[in-house]
Amino acid sequence: MHRVDVFPTHEYQGLKLRRGWPHPFGASVLGNMVNFSVYSRYATDCTLVLFHNREEQPFVEIPFFKEFRLGNVFSMIVFDLDYENIEYGFRMDGPFDPAEGHRFDRSKILLDPYAKLIVGRDVWGQKPNWDSLYQYRARVVFDDFDWENDLPLETPVNDLIVYEMHVRNFTCGAASGVKHQGTFAGVVEKIPYLKELGVNCVELMPIHEFDEFENFRPSPVDGHPLYNLWGYSNVGFFAPKAAYASAGRFSMQVDELKNMVKRLHANGIEVILDVVFNHTAEGNEKGPYISYRGIDNKTYYMLTPDGGYFNFSGCGNTLNCNNPNVRDMIVESLRYWVTDYHIDGFRFDLAAILGRDQNGNPMSNPPLLESLAHDPILGKTKLIAEAWDAGGLYQVGSFPSWGRWAEWNGKFRDSIRRFLKSDEGVLGDVKERIVGSPDLYASQKRGIKASVNFVTAHDGFTLMDLVSYNKKHNEANGEDNRDGENHNNSWNCGCEGPTDDADINRLRHRQVKNAITLLMVSQGIPMVLSGDEMGNSQQGNNNAYCQDNEIAWLDWNDLEKNSDIFHYFKQIIKFRRQHQVLRYEDHLAHSDYRHLGYPDFSWHGVKAWQPETGYNNLTAAFMLNGQYAETDGVADDFIYVAMNMHWEMHGFELPHLPEGMTWHVFANTGMEVPADIAEPGEEPLVDSQDEILVGPRSIMILVGRGEDISILS
Amino acid sequence: MNIEVYKVGEELDAINYSQVQDEISAILEKSSSVVLDMTDCRYVSSSGLRVLLYSEKVASSKGQKLYLVGLSAQVKDIMEVTGFNNFFDSFKTIEECMQHIK
Repeated sequence: MHRVDVFPTHEYQGLKLRRGWPHPFGASVLGNMVNFSVYSRYATDCTLVLFHNREEQPFVEIPFFKEFRLGNVFSMIVFDLDYENIEYGFRMDGPFDPAEGHRFDRSKILLDPYAKLIVGRDVWGQKPNWDSLYQYRARVVFDDFDWENDLPLETPVNDLIVYEMHVRNFTCGAASGVKHQGTFAGVVEKIPYLKELGVNCVELMPIHEFDEFENFRPSPVDGHPLYNLWGYSNVGFFAPKAAYASAGRFSMQVDELKNMVKRLHANGIEVILDVVFNHTAEGNEKGPYISYRGIDNKTYYMLTPDGGYFNFSGCGNTLNCNNPNVRDMIVESLRYWVTDYHIDGFRFDLAAILGRDQNGNPMSNPPLLESLAHDPILGKTKLIAEAWDAGGLYQVGSFPSWGRWAEWNGKFRDSIRRFLKSDEGVLGDVKERIVGSPDLYASQKRGIKASVNFVTAHDGFTLMDLVSYNKKHNEANGEDNRDGENHNNSWNCGCEGPTDDADINRLRHRQVKNAITLLMVSQGIPMVLSGDEMGNSQQGNNNAYCQDNEIAWLDWNDLEKNSDIFHYFKQIIKFRRQHQVLRYEDHLAHSDYRHLGYPDFSWHGVKAWQPETGYNNLTAAFMLNGQYAETDGVADDFIYVAMNMHWEMHGFELPHLPEGMTWHVFANTGMEVPADIAEPGEEPLVDSQDEILVGPRSIMILVGRGEDISILS
Repeated sequence: MNIEVYKVGEELDAINYSQVQDEISAILEKSSSVVLDMTDCRYVSSSGLRVLLYSEKVASSKGQKLYLVGLSAQVKDIMEVTGFNNFFDSFKTIEECMQHIK
């Protein structure tokens, strides 16, 4: 059958037109027709502006005729466009009345808020033409891609080991050895490395289109260029960052990113996107017109009563997330990334903002968060909140979840860091963190799977810097060291920064191993900061958002220099993946509810079954009973972890195992390589089955099992 | 076996993709296999990539084969980073390709 509605009804300057479909918004292709649709509640008129690729002046500006408007939507079909060679934008007519929230300006050419392919910043760091009338230019996307049998992996949340990564920093360093440095294709080249490390999920710092030249400036310290490297500043919510694609210069970022996801999936690695729905790159009233401000300012932004911009993001403006139309846009964006890019999950930057109403007040049941929790297409997508914002709302443990949302557990980071540097009074809190923070997540029945545990993330020190610096050193950012977090809970082990002192360097390596050990033996979803596995340093910079250079780029030479750290990471990740008993979904009972002879989980101290309770204590041990974590009917091993964050050695009395089982030592951070960690499954027998000596600031992991494999080998 | 060689021009993009597609489709109608000689081709755009993959899919759906020959470094790179290379058997020269087909 042929459709009867595929014939032009109008003509304008030689182009054949027809009334469009209001939905879907944006540009979509059907045969020889391209449908353009944009909504604006307050605009009075709209014009479609068409350019040939990269040309400064448009070749035509087509008004949306009266009959092309339905409700508040302007839609138009243009026939026979050679759409690979077309860039499009809109002009909006309407009131300019900032006090009322309106900032329409017909002189501006505006980006489609639903643009799926954006050009204009195609090659990283290539200076744009600042005078250009239209900077970030929408194109019509080729949305067909042969995924073959790929789909999101749906890895159980509790089995994830997340690797937080910046696409550019990951492989931009000269020693990365990849052909396509700093790109999606570069990530693909490093897949064998990720597999060797053992992570099964990469969480990408923002890959939506942003402008690396936003707030571009030379460093007042040494003149080197400062970029918006991290990209927490969206230009578009539907388009990938062109300059992260090696084929971005040919506008093929969509295919390159899809191929990256497909290749990662084929290797068992999920992809989570860090998404920034709290603000846009348009800044405050002094910022540029990119899109939203000129399309429908009052709809897209949270405005003060006098029409100014609320700044809960700390970045000039706040997206009006609980306006029904903006809410729909966010839902549609996320659905698009899942449907068209097979994305496995999202981490929401400053997610507390998503729960504020249009006047900025926190809501108890925010409709946006509820929509996302119940959305059918996102039904198996991981949703992770950074449960705070720059306006002082801190919701770790109380983020509205409907049983679906997990959180970055900032309290895990803080407590574990304090424990690592032997703070007093922190042991009680550390114990909560190790068992999956039931104090935060048990009451709403959210379970262990609500807790994303981490010691380091992109915000703050890298792990090596955490044990090498007492204070941040952000002078290179050009803000007199005022930017970045001041409360780092870090300890330099005796000298600020790099040193030749072998004892200090040994201690730093041990502390790094202690940190990853605590992360990997804790219940919850562990997240590793990219580079920590090779001891990456940012020279004490704890806010490297603008350092597009060796400060923020991974130095792959570290892999050899810190080979003991990389080896340790690999082994402990493997250990976690082999032991179901470390990866519970729901909180532990701390009792022997199945009458197996031992509780599912038990705390110990230097004396078995007698955990320390004193304020100053820095020793603790726990035992996991593998009988409670069967896989296909086979019980897991017993696991015993002794933690000594005291600066003196301590003996730990071991709990006795069931008849026929013996303790084997998997890891001992107090030992030098290769005695620091064993091959999982081949752990040597512990000499004394009654007591172990745990060195100063050291952790030991024992495995209890029946068959003595070490005798066999 | 009925094989035909089709020579692709210097560029395969929005300007000529439609014509190239028609011509390859016509060959696939009458021949069992087609060899695309890309030796002169320096650039393949998004639409060009789709011409290649669509033709390959038409060929496979009919039990026929489509081969690529003489990919330039740049075209090869574009195909690798977008993953389109995974769908094709590709050869350096026509002789090599013919050798393989035999």
